[in-house]
Amino acid sequence: MTVDVTNGPPFLMPPEGLQALIEQLARLGYQVIGPTIDQGAITYQPIDSADDLPCGWTDVQEAGRYRLERRDDEAYFGYVVGPHSWKQYLFPPHAVLATADRTEDGWQMQTPDDDPPRFAFLGVRACELAAIAVQDRVFTGGPYVDPIYQQRRDAAFIVAVNCTLAAPTCFCTSMGTGPRCTSGFDLALTETADGFIVESGSDAGTDLLGKLPVRRATPEELDRAEAARQQAVDQIERSMPTEGLRDLLLNNLEHPHWKDVAERCLSCTNCTMVCPTCFCSTVTEVADLTGDHVERHRQWDSCFNIDFSYMNGGVVRNDIRSRFRQWLTHKLASWHDQFDTSGCVGCGRCITWCPVGIDLTEEVAAIAGAPQRTQPADTVRESAP
Amino acid sequence: MSTVSVACDPQNPWLARRARIQRITSETPGVATYDLVLDVPPQAGSFSFRPGQFNMLYLPGVGEVAISISGSAANHAVIPHTIRQAGNVTRALAELSPGATLGLRGPFGTSWPVEDCAGRDVLLIAGGIGLAPLRPVIYDLLDRRDEVGELTLLYGTRSPDSLLYAREYDDWKARGLDIRVTVDRSDGHWKGNVGVVTVLLDRLPLPRPDQTVVMTCGPEVMMWYAIQSALQHGIPAASMSVSLERHMNCAIGLCGHCQLGPEFLCKDGPVFRYDRVAPILKVDDL
Repeated sequence: MTVDVTNGPPFLMPPEGLQALIEQLARLGYQVIGPTIDQGAITYQPIDSADDLPCGWTDVQEAGRYRLERRDDEAYFGYVVGPHSWKQYLFPPHAVLATADRTEDGWQMQTPDDDPPRFAFLGVRACELAAIAVQDRVFTGGPYVDPIYQQRRDAAFIVAVNCTLAAPTCFCTSMGTGPRCTSGFDLALTETADGFIVESGSDAGTDLLGKLPVRRATPEELDRAEAARQQAVDQIERSMPTEGLRDLLLNNLEHPHWKDVAERCLSCTNCTMVCPTCFCSTVTEVADLTGDHVERHRQWDSCFNIDFSYMNGGVVRNDIRSRFRQWLTHKLASWHDQFDTSGCVGCGRCITWCPVGIDLTEEVAAIAGAPQRTQPADTVRESAP
Repeated sequence: MSTVSVACDPQNPWLARRARIQRITSETPGVATYDLVLDVPPQAGSFSFRPGQFNMLYLPGVGEVAISISGSAANHAVIPHTIRQAGNVTRALAELSPGATLGLRGPFGTSWPVEDCAGRDVLLIAGGIGLAPLRPVIYDLLDRRDEVGELTLLYGTRSPDSLLYAREYDDWKARGLDIRVTVDRSDGHWKGNVGVVTVLLDRLPLPRPDQTVVMTCGPEVMMWYAIQSALQHGIPAASMSVSLERHMNCAIGLCGHCQLGPEFLCKDGPVFRYDRVAPILKVDDL
């Protein structure tokens, strides 16, 4: 049975349809990446079938804590976000940027032929769509384009999933990024007891929708999907005071609270590794044994690494106070100046995966609650730079 | 006003071009100038940049380092870089001889506002190796000396033997550059000024501060005090430019290392109008 999917209301796909979706994506040449359980967490990895998904599992999160628990149903997407994000596929943690070979005529530099798989991401949440849009600006919106990111991004097919629950660490509603997926996907699913309500967000999505076992959804089914999505909204308890946040932070660069955070922060880099928008990297030279063939390897880096600000035999940010301040003010304040958007999408990963449970919403609230005395504009700092 | 320009292939910014060392000139202890030429057609011998911009020089197996271009922008064949041995890459560079090849990406970054100098007095303030990124400005303004008013260089270094490009001073003076030098520590033969560069600035006549352009490059503390002094002389903040330095790793605004407040020094800088960066220069460890 073929359904005209080019117009009309969303469609209903029965639970078995998920397997058909994965098979269709594979048939189209995509490597399907989806949520799957690994080492006690829901991670994003290549999957072959719907059986690889964490069916019947949920995650329980709070500051510094993440656990998986059984659900009392067999939902495929009954959890929020884990330690992985899609950035590890679009902005690989490890990539070869260039090579150099010693020849009789001197060094010969090249950039390698890059032939990545075409990825289909299954289960992208609204905050993650927002994070991809942020990294689009970082890697493809400036005068220079990162070809590694762009090639993977251009080829990607995105199946979004609307959240139907929220973790205590979620605050997408504050950041205006979710929980409803509104754009940036090819297909979007809402899971209910009926199956999946499917919407298309692109021509490629509509093409694929036509190959799936779907029928028009009834008004009752759409109501149940809306109620499921509303449940996620209702469960969000955490908030970030975004109003005037950029100015608040940039006017409080010498606030005593930075020192207070520094006494707790381990500078371990976890928050930046799990953050779906953090983009810092460094390059390492990797030579073979002869030294005649060299590769330039790019790896994720973090502003919490002590040598991140190394320059001319010294380090600019030589204490945790200055490194935490850099991370938070970049993410929530100067990101606006650089990319015309916040660097935070409200996914809460940095809160969950901080080993000491530092919560950026609480740190911001502490500064907002007692802002530093406003300094006159002509005040010169006590020590010269 | 400085502007961003895209030099290497914006779609493939990781590709380095091959450059060959044509000549190495020893300058001062630990500092040498490397004249590079691009030697792979079709770009061989053809390189354009604006004063103040930098290149990423690449030694395979060692790494890349950001070095400002210290030659004349009118010379498209030879690309001089004055380099102080400071880290792994610059020390490995010091081991190389003429004829050796290396990788070059660039030019990157913003440039000095040389086009704003016509009809105005120009005051260059340099400290130590900070004279290198200003030498292209000197060459450019001396080539069109009659277009600008007073043209002054205030230059401070640690000691008399660390004066950069001293062999060129007579020529620069003859062509109309007023050079005033000071050192932190004199030796037995030194007959010039001793002390910080702001002392030179305070003695300068500065007949029309509102028509004076300042460009400064050197240690941040030197630039800071020089600018405070210039402000007191009535030179507007908007007429002053600084060249800032942080660790530059990618040079194209993607790796995050060179951030200073909202600025990526590699693509928003290294040259900034002072009033743009004044607030962030006031904060320690930013």
